Parts: sequence; structure tokens; C-alpha cells
Amino acid sequence: MFGLNSKDSTLLILVAVLALFAPFILNPFPEGSALAQFNAGYPDLMQRFVIFGIFAIGFNILFGLTGYLSFGHAAFLGVGSYAAIWMMKLLTLNVIPAIIMAIIFAGIFALVVGFISLRRSGIYFSILTLAFAQMSYALAYSVLTPITGGETGLQLKATDTPLLSNLGPTEIGRANLFGLDMRTSYELELGTWLFTFNTGYYIAAVCMLIGFYVSIRIFRSPFGMMLRAVKSNQQRLNYTGLNSKPYTLAAFVISGMYAGLAGGLMVAMDTQVGPERMFWTASGEVVLMTILGGVGTLIGPVLGAGMIKYMENIISKINDNILHQWFAFMPDGIEDFLVTIIHPFIGKGWHLTLGIIFMLVVIFLPGGLVEGGQRIGRMFGSGKKADADTGAADTKPAE
Amino acid sequence: MEAIILQILNGLDKGSAYALIALGLTLIFGTLGVVNFAHGAIFMIGAFCAVTLQRMLSASKSFIDETQTDFLGNPKKVEVPYLHDWFGPEVGQSIIEWSVPLAILFAIPIMMFVGYAMERGLIKHFYKRPHADQILVTFGLAIVLQEVIKAFYGANPIPTPAPPAFTGAFDFGALLGFDPNTIIYPYWRLIYFAFAALVITSVFAFLQFTTFGMVVRAGMADRETVGLLGIDIDKRFTMMFAIAAVVAGLAGVMYTPINSPNYHMGMDFLVLSFVVVVVGGMGSLPGAVLAGFLLGVLESFASMAVVIDLVPGINQIIIYLVAIVILLTRPRGLMGRRGVMED
Repeated sequence: MFGLNSKDSTLLILVAVLALFAPFILNPFPEGSALAQFNAGYPDLMQRFVIFGIFAIGFNILFGLTGYLSFGHAAFLGVGSYAAIWMMKLLTLNVIPAIIMAIIFAGIFALVVGFISLRRSGIYFSILTLAFAQMSYALAYSVLTPITGGETGLQLKATDTPLLSNLGPTEIGRANLFGLDMRTSYELELGTWLFTFNTGYYIAAVCMLIGFYVSIRIFRSPFGMMLRAVKSNQQRLNYTGLNSKPYTLAAFVISGMYAGLAGGLMVAMDTQVGPERMFWTASGEVVLMTILGGVGTLIGPVLGAGMIKYMENIISKINDNILHQWFAFMPDGIEDFLVTIIHPFIGKGWHLTLGIIFMLVVIFLPGGLVEGGQRIGRMFGSGKKADADTGAADTKPAE
Repeated sequence: MEAIILQILNGLDKGSAYALIALGLTLIFGTLGVVNFAHGAIFMIGAFCAVTLQRMLSASKSFIDETQTDFLGNPKKVEVPYLHDWFGPEVGQSIIEWSVPLAILFAIPIMMFVGYAMERGLIKHFYKRPHADQILVTFGLAIVLQEVIKAFYGANPIPTPAPPAFTGAFDFGALLGFDPNTIIYPYWRLIYFAFAALVITSVFAFLQFTTFGMVVRAGMADRETVGLLGIDIDKRFTMMFAIAAVVAGLAGVMYTPINSPNYHMGMDFLVLSFVVVVVGGMGSLPGAVLAGFLLGVLESFASMAVVIDLVPGINQIIIYLVAIVILLTRPRGLMGRRGVMED
């Protein structure tokens, strides 16, 4: 299908089905039940899953294939976001031009940064990209305030008059796709279950599927093979008379464009942007996602992004009262003891949980969740179908 | 002229912090070949050693004093630090006020242990793995350490004042023959600089003039040969990791009166100290120190009003700009050794 072999088609279809039915899959618990807080099927979080999935897929094309560890990818996300919001402020509230401009601007910026940074490799490349990202962050915060809005960032305001959209004098524009408001949702009630189908989510999901498809094609193409060669031994590649720079630069720009797409989609969903999106810890986050899911694998980055965003939203919501409810069946002393032990890992401490999981993955599972899934798959019978199965086996814990 | 001297002085204290952290990072990289992203977290732990000691020293017993009344007219609850009971109010109070300098003694064994445990427990297993893996695992460790500190001490900065003897400012203007009050400089920053110079000198002296240091230098130059000579070089490198942790920790302890410590101060310094290390040249100790002071002074020059008017925003980006230019024109950094991580 679409020039993919059967295994990749299965994977693509699997991801498509998961994305299509995500509102059902992510909402397994009925409303009002004790476990309802583990439901992730609300629009805001689902949008984040797919948007950060796109970001991580793009990062994986650079890091997973070429081995160049960029610590400045959030800058491209930020540039994309700013480009998108200016399109909405000036031209039209339709999201398509905004997203296209986001991709173009992020691509151009990535071309400049990549051209300079790729003159070095290894740790120096990481530091160079980090320096560029921190510079853009500092500039967006201070000198570029007329363009970026400085600390307050940019939002759609009543004073904005996009050329192609007819807005009332005090009406605040809403992002739409040919008149379809991104914030509209269709709510389906089935018994005690409530499922929300959000326009914005499905638009983002379509973008992610396209991005995922392109990434599969890149992974299987001669170009992808060349990038893998860069990772395994760049020197030998140079000795054979090949100049690897154009290939790595192309990979860098492509992954920058993915980041721009993610940034543009973020703006399309919530129509605001601030410079903290470009801070280096944001770049660190996408590194965490990619490693956690499985670097160099197709599905890994999406899983990692989903898992981190799920933890960020769900674990941080658990508090001591909920823990007391869970352990209520135990004797009081043990209950209090358990709650005290678990307390630092939940709520505001979810970063601690994330850090520990991340370290464990780097130490024991260098291949990330995908490798974990494959190991489990191998334990239960034939290892042959591991690849396709891991997608299914791993999606459950991630969501 | 006054302005230039003032900016150089201003740059020195930040430069001292950069130089100390970068020195530790370079020690670790030069000996063990490990890129340690958790070094900023070690700096932060050092700072929180000072906080802990301050809290321990000011541990108080509280009792109800019948002779005094609070604003509601009830008997007042008074808190008296135990130190006041043991040493008398005056000596006790001055011990509490001197908690930051005392924390140096307190921090050295703790930081040694932290460094030793970190190397033996985690980093040892990462020598054979690629640099990217080392960066990732130490980055994860930095997150964990930072969150642990946050869980214990909260997210707000904790003020840890310097001893009152050092709170004033020194008038350099009068000393150098300019108008008084043109160049004034807080005593504590002066002390910080002197302390940094002392620590840096002792590290260099230790490496240069002791047998232990000689073996370590030999190991940095050619690890295998030293190992073949029957010397347990791994054990000495572990010690160097602990020493590097002590250096960063002490930098943190002494930095607390300048900036109240908070849980993310390590991450704030980490990025900059890495930039310092690569500008100085990976694995070059003098390079790290030189680059630390250089970038500190440059940063403070760039924040002069004249310069900002000329090039807006330069104060925010000068360090990164310098780093990019140096990395592209001098692949080994300022003083890097030939062949060490050149590509």
C-alpha cells in the first residue's frame, strides 16, 4: 500500500486505527467511576499526544538515523509557532496556511542552524545546537519582543484583522479549517461512558499519519540507508568518496520541518505561543520521548511522546486523598506509610518518576519501550512477529 | 576607566563559578572520558549542603515564656536555638551566622561521598557506551537529583546570608585613586573570587606536585600504559571524580549568599558550564579555567548600557555567540589538546 511492504502497511494501518479510535481507547473507564481520572480521552490531552508524536517522529529522523544528538530542536518548534500565529493574525484564520508557513519557516531556520552546526559532530554538535536554541530563546524573550510578544507571548486578540476573514469589530478570531472551528467537539454518550470527538484532534491526527507515513518512506529509502551509514561509520563513508554533509543537512532540515509542523499545530489548537516553548528543557523533553519510546524505531517516538504526556497529565493529578482511597483496605499504619512513600512520586513530583523511568530505560533498555515489547514478545512464543506486535503490545501501557 | 574596572570585577565572581564547575567537568572528562550532564546537579547539592547546615545549626527548642506576651496578650512562644544554650547566646549566634563558611567543612565529606557513589554506582557502567548514552543517563540523573531536592526543600529559593562581617561592600575607587563610590564591590564576591582562586590553585598543585597527581596525569595521557605498569588507575580516577564533585560542591556552597539556592540552579549553570568547557577545549584544565573567567568577564561587559545600546540583546547571547565562533574557527577550543574529541 502506498509503496510500503506488507509489514509497514500493517504498522501504518494499526497506527491509523489507533488514532481514529483514540477517543474510545483512551476512555476505558466510565464517567464518575474511581478510575475515571485515568481517562486520557479529552481533546486537550489527545491533541498533545499526536502533536508531540509528530515532534518526536521528526527528531527521530535526525537522531535515530544519523546519531546526531540535537539539544536545540525546541527552537524550530518555537519558530513554527510564531510563524503560524502571525499568519493567523495577518492573513486568515484558516489553519492550513498557518501550518504551511510554520513548516516553511522552521525549515529555513533549520537550514541555517544545520548548515553551521553540522560542521562539527558529536558533543560539539549538541553544544552548537543548544547554543543556537538558547540564543533564539533569549532573543525571543528580549530584543525581538515586537515580533514575539516577549514574556507574554502572542495570542489572537480582538484587534487583529486577518485579511481574508470577516470578523466583527470586537470578535476574537477562532482557528478553523474552512469554517470548521477547531474547538468543536461531538460528544457521544453510551451508557455511563462519555466519548469526545474533537475536530482539532482529528486534524492533528491526520497530520501525524501523514508525518508517520513520510517517516516510514524515509526509513526505507536509499536516503535513509545513507543516513544509517552516517551513524555507523561516517569516516568510512567519507573515505569512499561520498560527501555526507548534504544528507545529514537534509535530515536536519526535515526534522526541523516536523518540529515546525508540530509548532504550527499547537498554535492551531490553542492560538497562543510564548518563548518558553523554545527553552532548552523543551528540547530535552523531545530527547526523553524519543529515547523512552525507542530510538531509531518507527513507532517508538510516538509511544514515548504518548507516555510522557500521559504521565505529565495523569500522574500529576493524583494526590494524597486518592492514594488514601486506594489503600483504604489496608490497616491504617501501613496505609499511611505507603502514602508517605509514594507521595514524592506523584502530583508535582511526576518529574521524579519520569527521571527514574528514563534512567532505568537508558541503563537497562537502550532500545526503549519497543525493545521491551520485543523482549516480552520473544518470551511468549515466536520472535518473528515481534515488530508488528510491539506496536499493539506497547500501545496499551503508553496510553 | 572606572566602568571598565567595575565590569571586570563584576565578571570575576560569575566567572569564578563557571571556572570551578568547568574545572570539575574537565577533570571528569579528562580522566574518565565521561560527559557528565549531572555536574550542575552536583553544584546544586553543594549549595543545599549549606542550606542543610544552616538549618541544623539553627535547630531550636520552643517553649512558652511567661514573662513576655505576644500581640494578643497571651504568653509568648519563644524559639531558642540549641546552640545558644550550649555556647551562650553570643557565640551561638555567631556560629549560626557563620554557617556558610562552616558548610565548606560540612560539604567536603558529603560531596566526596556523592561523587564516589555516583561513579561507582552508575557512571562506571557507562565507560564503554557511546557519549550520547552518557549524556542521556547523566541528564536523567540530573532530573532525579533536582526533583529529590525539590521534594525535600520545596521549590522556592532559600535565602542563606553571608556572615555579617562580610555583608558590606569594598570601595575599590578609593583604593585605586578614583573618586570614592565609583567602584564598589561586595565583600562576599571578593571572597568568592579569592576562594575560587584558592581551590583552583590547590587542584593544580595537587595534580602537579603529589605522586597521586602525577599518576593521574600519566593516566590522562595514556591510560593503558599506566595500567600495564601495575597501577590501579581506575581507583585513582574514581578519586578524581570525587574531587571534581567536591570542587563543584564547594562552588555551590560559597555561591549561596550571592544567589539564594533553588532546585533548578544546577540546570541553569549546566548549559553555560558546558559551553565554557568546549570553549576552553575538552580535557584541558587551564583552558576550562581561562574560558570560565573570560566568558564571565565578557558577559558582564556585554551587559553595560553602552554596549546594549549599540547591539541590543547582546548581553543575553554573548556567551553562545562566542562559543559558536570559537567552535567553528578553533575545533579544539582555546587550549584543547591535539586529538582529544576533535570531531
